[in-house]
Amino acid sequence: MLNQSKPTLAFNLKPGTRLVGKWKRNSYVIQQVLGKGAIGAVYLAKQSDKKLVALKISDKVASISSEINVLQKLAKVRGNSPGPSLYEVDDWLAPDGICYPFYTMEYVQGSELSSFLNNRGSAWLGLLLSQLLEELDQLHQIGFIVGDLKLENVIVTNSPIRLRFIDVGGVTQIGRSVKEYTEFYDRGYWQCGDRKAEPSYDLFALAMLALQCVYPNRFKKTEDAKGLLLAKIKQAKVLSAYELVLSRAVSGRYQTAISMRQDLKKVLILQTKVEQPTATVHKGRSQNRDWLEIFMFGLSSLIFYLLTAFY
Amino acid sequence: MQAGKLKQILLITDGCSNQGEDPTLVASLIKEQGITVNVIGVLDHGDEDSESLQEVEEIAESGGGVSQIVYPQRLTQTVQAVTKQAMTQTLQGVVNQELRSILGDTQSIESLPPSQRGEVMEVVEELTETCDIQLLVLVDTSASMQKKIELVKEALIDLSISMNARIGDNKFSIYSFPGKKKATTQILDWSTKLDKLASVFPKLTSGGVTPTGPALKEALHHYGQAGLLRSLKRHAESEQADFGI
Repeated sequence: MLNQSKPTLAFNLKPGTRLVGKWKRNSYVIQQVLGKGAIGAVYLAKQSDKKLVALKISDKVASISSEINVLQKLAKVRGNSPGPSLYEVDDWLAPDGICYPFYTMEYVQGSELSSFLNNRGSAWLGLLLSQLLEELDQLHQIGFIVGDLKLENVIVTNSPIRLRFIDVGGVTQIGRSVKEYTEFYDRGYWQCGDRKAEPSYDLFALAMLALQCVYPNRFKKTEDAKGLLLAKIKQAKVLSAYELVLSRAVSGRYQTAISMRQDLKKVLILQTKVEQPTATVHKGRSQNRDWLEIFMFGLSSLIFYLLTAFY
Repeated sequence: MQAGKLKQILLITDGCSNQGEDPTLVASLIKEQGITVNVIGVLDHGDEDSESLQEVEEIAESGGGVSQIVYPQRLTQTVQAVTKQAMTQTLQGVVNQELRSILGDTQSIESLPPSQRGEVMEVVEELTETCDIQLLVLVDTSASMQKKIELVKEALIDLSISMNARIGDNKFSIYSFPGKKKATTQILDWSTKLDKLASVFPKLTSGGVTPTGPALKEALHHYGQAGLLRSLKRHAESEQADFGI
């Protein structure tokens, strides 16, 4: 029964608690809480071989089984599979007599996206989003979307610096209804589309992720929800370079992660060109180059415009 | 396996029933007809003890459904979560029954090893996505709900966005209670979408009565299940007989 008032043991494991799997008899010692969600709680746990893993435990057999199914499918992707890797699936017969299902997965260490941007500079945003788009594309290719893409579900790893999604709770098969979502990131809430799982659903959420980084306190929906989002993108200085890409994602104009990534890459290339030091270059040539860049930018905008009009 | 059509009643209320039949009894009888009763109890701020909402859990339990008590701000997410969870719960029950008939009385999804459990859950998920559903929403519109009705409306429109993203067919109807002459008033007859809801939500009645039991009974009637009404009547008669009336 869905009930918030009776938190079960699975959500309140104290550091030092030892779990032994009912089926595979492996043991894990809880180190600390990493996060708590609607479906279950995630803990940092130490295996008997001292290896640290993330352990997700729940009292909801149905939801956790379906997450495990998704992780198993992701593991079948060759090369860098999207999302965290799944290690072990088991049950824990707890002292309270209840059998809690759990699974262990790769412990992805890193920092929260917004604090990373605060520390290292917002210039990283475009690159990080582009990396995540690559991972999204892999996922879309095998027929799934992230669904519940949000700040809490992504992490920036240290070496190499990479933005990854770490929670598969919302991962949904393309064509079905999105399993789990968060209002602020949901295009249905913003009257920008339905809640059917398709790549463009994730791309909308990705644009909202960028907005969430700029507006940590979020903002309230108005009558013209889509107009508000476009205005918020325009108003944010940090996002000015990505305005076109983000506006298109919010408007549902990208059908694939690759097409959004291509546009984003164009912006990133443009950025590196503009930021190149010009001091050593002859003045006249530098001005010529500036003019050339403005011309090229104008030309590419025109092509963008024509393409959009064409579509 | 065919799941057929799921039938649910979703009751949204903020208080204790104070008129007519015991809603817990009515919910049990509705469950007997293969219809699940889910209840969302809406809290007032500063009304944390929620004693008046204890009934909420009891009704859902007897109705074989899901209950949740929330603040009005969380209504939107709760309405869709409760509906989906109830669907999964019902379908899980159906699958469990099948398992028992194949593997014996002690088997259930929970007792299977994790690998097989995953396969069974995939079936449940598939059914949840593809089954047809008929959902009757029963909204308490007594005076104390006045400030919350706007949020109820938003939550229901949002629910239809979630439900219509599924592959299976949906039918919704909405009734409010207390009604003028009867226990309920029809707000929306069976339809597939709720987007027109904004214009049809009624002016609120300001009566103090909350006839939850009779309203549930009428809700069942709207499903066209006259059988239950007869069994209710029989129950009343036998009760009278017990007391020698």
